[in-house]
Amino acid sequence: MPAVENTIVICAGGACISAGEISVKESLENTLKEYALEEVVQVVETGCMGACDLGPIMVIYPEGIFYQKLNSENVKKIVEEHLLKGRVVKEFLYTGPTGEVKEKPQEELPFFKKQIKIATRNLGVVDPLSIEEYIARDGYFALTKVIKDMSPDKVIEELKKSGLRGRGGAGFPTGLKWEFAKKAEGDVKYVICNADEGDPGAFMDRAILEGDPHTVVEAMTIAAYTVGANKGFIYVRAEYPLAIERFSRALETAREYGFLGENILGTDFSFDIEIRIGAGAFVCGEETALINSIEGQRGIPRVKPPYPAQKGLWGKPTLINNVETYANIPPIILHGGDWFAQFGVEGSRGTKVFALAGKVNNTGLVEVPMGITLRELINEIGGGVPNGKKLKAVQTGGPSGGCVPEKYIDTPITYDTLKELGTIIGSGGMIVMDEDDCMVDVAKFFLEFTVEESCGQCTPCRDGTKRMLEILERITEGEGTEEDLEKLKELGEHIMKTSLCGLGQTAPQPVLSTMRYFWDEYEAHVKEKRCPAKKCKELTRIVIDREKCVGCTACARVCPVNAITGSVRQPHEIDPELCTRCGSCLEVCRFGAISKVSP
Amino acid sequence: MSFEEVRNTIKEIYEKVNSESLDERDNLINILHAIQEYYGNYIPLEAAEVLKELTGKPLSKIYEVLTFYTMFSTNKRGKYVIRVCKSLPCHVTGGAAVLESLKDALEIDYGQTTQDGLFTLEESSCLGLCGVSPVMLINDEAYGNLTPEKVKEIIEEIKEKERSGVK
Repeated sequence: MPAVENTIVICAGGACISAGEISVKESLENTLKEYALEEVVQVVETGCMGACDLGPIMVIYPEGIFYQKLNSENVKKIVEEHLLKGRVVKEFLYTGPTGEVKEKPQEELPFFKKQIKIATRNLGVVDPLSIEEYIARDGYFALTKVIKDMSPDKVIEELKKSGLRGRGGAGFPTGLKWEFAKKAEGDVKYVICNADEGDPGAFMDRAILEGDPHTVVEAMTIAAYTVGANKGFIYVRAEYPLAIERFSRALETAREYGFLGENILGTDFSFDIEIRIGAGAFVCGEETALINSIEGQRGIPRVKPPYPAQKGLWGKPTLINNVETYANIPPIILHGGDWFAQFGVEGSRGTKVFALAGKVNNTGLVEVPMGITLRELINEIGGGVPNGKKLKAVQTGGPSGGCVPEKYIDTPITYDTLKELGTIIGSGGMIVMDEDDCMVDVAKFFLEFTVEESCGQCTPCRDGTKRMLEILERITEGEGTEEDLEKLKELGEHIMKTSLCGLGQTAPQPVLSTMRYFWDEYEAHVKEKRCPAKKCKELTRIVIDREKCVGCTACARVCPVNAITGSVRQPHEIDPELCTRCGSCLEVCRFGAISKVSP
Repeated sequence: MSFEEVRNTIKEIYEKVNSESLDERDNLINILHAIQEYYGNYIPLEAAEVLKELTGKPLSKIYEVLTFYTMFSTNKRGKYVIRVCKSLPCHVTGGAAVLESLKDALEIDYGQTTQDGLFTLEESSCLGLCGVSPVMLINDEAYGNLTPEKVKEIIEEIKEKERSGVK
């Protein structure tokens, strides 16, 4: 059999699939067959490589050449040029925001250069369906080490040394959590993986489950050994069908190989994991609500204490961590707590996976040491804001978080620094916004979300957030008063103090943090009935400059509501009553004759 | 369908899901998912009656769960359920215009089904594909980097496929 000369890794993460990865792979395989290369070129589908907006992506080894934005037609050219003639195909290489083409191995591209991958170490490297590839990357070595050589107390000690804190949002020290669960009394205990990642803009858990499911299986098994559990549940969002499919497959193969099930690795330790699927309720990301949901009830939170470590699933001691937290466990066990603690800064150890989204050139998943600055993350790794626009703010922590304005861009990202700025790391979503985004609109947007997702159990969250939303709606429609701003603040503070669970306790954060940093925008809406970002529909008009308009009719043809009228070569008019401010006309006008104004 | 048919079907699903579970205890949400999948995107109300008999739970408890979760529906949904992500990354990258064009193309509002029973339009929380926002999910397939034009093409394509398909 001929030796493999090249390995082609194709990203089969959700984003790349949505961009046409499947047809790219098929076309690649067909072309390889056509040139009789199928035995010397190995094609591997792997998990999310992170650079989502560049998909579909493939990397050709041994050189590590990174090709982006492929389609089924241009793959043929890559086979003919790169594989057969040894010539790199420049047109599909990574192109920076300023247009420069980088002919460099993947790891030297700006997007990847500053990353240190621990939780996502196998994403973009292994085939998620192959347990052998996982093992080849030291998979299940940590489990073996734990079962053969480490006492549960030793595992906890290493976790404490590592300084790892829960990556789901609250940031509770993981070692301590495991210790509580271990010490809790009970002959039956449970281990749960919270894979109900619901924070808008955060998708690292989906990527890890899809790209490296075995790491979660391994870590949950280590957790079960440590705290003394025999049964585990993973609660996955139904919105992530691919993650469910790949995780089920990982469970099956792990059982076949003796890493899961009865008598793991020939010892008397037995543990198995079952998948429970969510059904569309954001509040189920809250651990006690999630437990209720597994029990077959409505996903409403329970009063804490007692904490799940004492009284969790079916009243038994339960250890619950999220996907990313678990993904850090095997490397910590293998290399030691001190190794992990060398990354990051005091109080925020290790690395964190962030999801860059919104108005940023390189969207996607990045794993960086804690303490990196927002500037490095957004400008260097993310490639800055597109279309020459100015960065305005970064929203972190989803509906529980807040906005960091541009002037704090040199702040290092840690649990404490973000808290001081009135936001949180949360699960790691970073939504970048530019000058065209209205902060009052953003606050309203998050409140709409909370109002819909509130489980309705406690009054401050159910009714309070609704009242806040009504006020925000008034403000964005130009009906707000200065008293409204006071009320908004007061209500927000009350809701945070009196809500039952984390959802309500943090729901007013997006409003309060935008009020703190963008007070002038709120005032402009209330006092001048003006939206500085020209985003709020009721406060914005679209106008045509009669001097500049040449009457090309492009705007009239694209207007979905026929609000634009005029004859050919004559200046056109917009009927403000009919106009929905969708902005389609702005995009097609080549003469700069159409603009938004407020008021 | 007769109640007897529903009863037998639900019983079969109930037993199958429970036999695949490692835990003999409550598995209601997985069972409801399986029922919904069987009926194609909805759960007939009779199913709740049968589950009452099978589980011994009061009907109110079963309704409580059935109505709490947004993914379950007791109304018949279309062959294609379109879930549009309404999270902030999609919002700031032009999600609103995409939504409008979807409503326009389908001539329905949220929560409604087209007259031909083909499409149901629903909102969704974050689909986790923020890197290619705005995004929508049609059944299990994700569509990213949407624009109003692209949305119309996708809908047309499905309609075309249906027109030229079997029957």
